[in-house]
Amino acid sequence: MIVAEGKPLEEVYQMIAGARKVLVVGCGGCVTVCLAGGEKETGILAAALRMKRQLAGEPLETVEVTLTRQCDPEYVDQLERFVTDDVDCILSLGCGVGVQFLAERYPKPVFPALNTKFAGGTVAHGQWEERCGLCGDCVLHRTGGICPVIRCAKSLMNGPCGGSQDGKCEVNKETPCAWQLIYDRLKLLGRLDQLLQVEPVKDWSKAKDGGPRKVLKEEVMLP
Amino acid sequence: MPTTESKLEKLLSEGRFVVTAEIGPPKHASAEGIRHHAELLKDYVDAVNITDNQTAVVRLSSIAAAVHCLQKGVEPIVQMTVRDRNRIALQSDLLGAYSLGVRNVLCLSGDHQSFGNHPTARNVFDIDSVQLIATVKMMRDEKKFLCGEEIKEHEPRFFIGAVANPFADPFEFRVLRLEKKINAGAQFIQTQCIFDLDRFDRWMAMVRERGLHQRAAILAGVTPLKSAGAARYMQTVPGMVVPDAIVERMKKAADAKAEGVEICVEQIRRLRSIEGVAGVHIMAVMWEEIVPTIVEKAGLRSC
Repeated sequence: MIVAEGKPLEEVYQMIAGARKVLVVGCGGCVTVCLAGGEKETGILAAALRMKRQLAGEPLETVEVTLTRQCDPEYVDQLERFVTDDVDCILSLGCGVGVQFLAERYPKPVFPALNTKFAGGTVAHGQWEERCGLCGDCVLHRTGGICPVIRCAKSLMNGPCGGSQDGKCEVNKETPCAWQLIYDRLKLLGRLDQLLQVEPVKDWSKAKDGGPRKVLKEEVMLP
Repeated sequence: MPTTESKLEKLLSEGRFVVTAEIGPPKHASAEGIRHHAELLKDYVDAVNITDNQTAVVRLSSIAAAVHCLQKGVEPIVQMTVRDRNRIALQSDLLGAYSLGVRNVLCLSGDHQSFGNHPTARNVFDIDSVQLIATVKMMRDEKKFLCGEEIKEHEPRFFIGAVANPFADPFEFRVLRLEKKINAGAQFIQTQCIFDLDRFDRWMAMVRERGLHQRAAILAGVTPLKSAGAARYMQTVPGMVVPDAIVERMKKAADAKAEGVEICVEQIRRLRSIEGVAGVHIMAVMWEEIVPTIVEKAGLRSC
């Protein structure tokens, strides 16, 4: 899933400065799972902004809606009846995709309430970690199911750098060295010979370096 | 038979025990210091590494610094990291360096930018050090750019170097990674500074077992310590192993600098006796002036 976390309240507060009525939009997708932008967080943020405004002597009206997903037009359309003339701006608690979908759909200022962090998963209650670099050309079958593109700080494709020690990354002692993990895993699988292959240079045009990417599934496309 | 015009390759092919040292370019735009150090080292070493924005700190370009060395009659080994350049810039710089007379290149990943003076920088790491080695070889031997396009004339003919760290983990994989670099085209290898000679011995035994010392020249890295504090600091550097005995010895010494030189000279003598070690690489970080003394005391004076 896409993992995000809330921006500092002060930063969001500054974004909506001058607005009298704000439409605060949560998302029922990934950001609900990572407890950053679901219905509950939407309510909390709206309340916090109202209180802060109250203390500043500039009352704020908020309308809170949580869409099933902000990254699908059919759900974004459901927001229409809430985007009234008196709404000064929209605050999205979706990931960066949600913010952009709302901004494309409605002629109002749309602000991000979250920082979108990475594609990852839950490793412990309240702890999410990055697992995929979204490079568009998966190598996991050659690296024991551990991604060197994103889990190695240098995205090395041919083994660990000289800073790997005691299984940790030189950049952060809390981070496991991806190549130590890959080595251990391939050893366990009896596939260490895989690591002697010189891995060819990567085609980054399939990653974000090729510009925004598209996925087409023609069989479900409407004529 | 040498494959390039590199003097370093020629000496190694003749079976000479070679000495290389390191010059770190300054954090300013004057070449005076480099030229001074080049002059100082000229008669004592066979070639000089020019570091490439070492520890991810912005410094005078390694290629420019190499040219200053060449003008002083010292053969440079240009270090090239993949941290700061993509495959287009790397190949462009290889052409440029060769056109200026550089004949040796050392291919590295480079320290992560979080250690340098621009920790918020965006890194590159388009290709890795093994892929850079293969690229330099491809340009030389196949006369092709990485994309497959032909280099119609004047292909750069570099003597190709790489690094190995016997003190990083996973230990057993380190020799395989060395083999991978040699398979990719590395002809000489400079190691991380060696303080733990027992671990280096074990590593070299594995190197010999796979016959790697016959396929590439292994230059053992050494660093003279200036103080007990420096030794303790080195214990904390990722990928370094400094035995406590060395720290103790530095602590007890009446003249720490002299003791550091003594330890370094002892290490060189021991390293020289290890089968498969083809030379030493002296990394006297910020203490280039001491290299001639070490070379003389170790009986290595080569010119």
